[in-house]
Amino acid sequence: MLSEQLTEGFRDRELAEKLTGRIREAATGPLRIMEVCGTHTMAIFRHGIRSLLPGEVELISGPGCPVCVTSGGDIDQIIDLASVPGVILATFGDLVRVPGSKGKNLAEVRAAGARVEIVYSPADALKIAESTDRLVVFPAIGFETTIPVIAATVLEARQKKLGNFMFLVSHKVVPPALDALLADPELAIDGLLCPGHVSAIIGAQAYQPIAEQFHIPCVIAGFEPIDILSAIYRLVCQVREGRAEVENTYGRVVTTNGNARARKMIEAVFEPCDADWRGLGTIPGSGLALRDEFRAHDAGKYFALNPISVPEPKGCRCGEILTGKVKPPQCPLFNTRCTPTSPVGPCMVSSEGTCAAYSKYGLS
Amino acid sequence: MCLAIPMRVNEIHCNQEDPLSFPVAVVDENGLRKEVRLDIVDRWPNIGDYLIVHAGFAIHTLDPAEAATNLKLLREMADNVIGTAD
Repeated sequence: MLSEQLTEGFRDRELAEKLTGRIREAATGPLRIMEVCGTHTMAIFRHGIRSLLPGEVELISGPGCPVCVTSGGDIDQIIDLASVPGVILATFGDLVRVPGSKGKNLAEVRAAGARVEIVYSPADALKIAESTDRLVVFPAIGFETTIPVIAATVLEARQKKLGNFMFLVSHKVVPPALDALLADPELAIDGLLCPGHVSAIIGAQAYQPIAEQFHIPCVIAGFEPIDILSAIYRLVCQVREGRAEVENTYGRVVTTNGNARARKMIEAVFEPCDADWRGLGTIPGSGLALRDEFRAHDAGKYFALNPISVPEPKGCRCGEILTGKVKPPQCPLFNTRCTPTSPVGPCMVSSEGTCAAYSKYGLS
Repeated sequence: MCLAIPMRVNEIHCNQEDPLSFPVAVVDENGLRKEVRLDIVDRWPNIGDYLIVHAGFAIHTLDPAEAATNLKLLREMADNVIGTAD
């Protein structure tokens, strides 16, 4: 079957061994590579990439999990909204077990009577709204891959005049967060493994200013072992040669300019705003808010919500883990008070979270 | 979570007379028939093309020839000596 050919070639053992050999030859000194996509974090573990790399090459996970970087205040607002009488909260499944600052998560408020529905797509949330008179709220969390999906659903809601379908928007865009990360003198990284599907939307050129300003190699990768190993090899080569360029090893999906149609839709529905990131704080221009013409679908405006800030869970080091400053085993709660079945911080909850990955794959 | 597996387009449904119907492709996901929205896809797919799908929406149409070229380039890169791999 062709779909297998489309993936099997990118899992070829012989090619993987060849690339691993190339990386070993090229890595002449210690170097730190950060991946900024939660799906890469999981793929690196699942394929055992770390075990293939020479000791010189260290992989660090960055702020690539949308649920994990959502601020505690935003999480609290989502949980509070779920408890408003008459509201159905329709959400991606990853959010359901993230604890709020008052100790409850969505699963628990649902058990206490709130209506929380897990959906695979915002289009499914829209279908719920079509079938009820109750107010359906969708917490719109995600990066550039998810944002056009939400934009398309907002447009559909308007077209269908669905007055009972609203979004609580907490979108984040990747390039300003990379700027903020790289400007931090405490974070010493030598190369960025850039996300696959965010890049399918924003295009390879989006990393050009970052590569130039911070003189850091940026290589875009897909999610198969050959994709990731090729990208690591290119990063190692660039570091060795003193270059800082944007390269793309995921050419079958990512182009220089990205998906113009999706970006146009984002532009039509959203406008830039500041956003509060867990671990990174407020980053100017790193969020997207619904344009005023879509206020009928803006739950934040409807409920007159203002940003709130809440303290991080006591002892939880998610903030430092998200910025690559510490690794999960360095957190006193990791695999003790904070486990996948009873998570304290968001990095342990989400299937893409760094702590969840370390715990699942037994790394300590 | 990004789904990395491309899905084959088996049917396309597009009712241009009804403005409230949205175009979908029917894809095969592990033997399951699944509808995928085409609102934001970069290029309109043909039957037999593959789609990269995120949260029920196609974000990219994948031409199998592009995938073959991609793999060929990565193979060549692995076969080349350091520094001449571009």
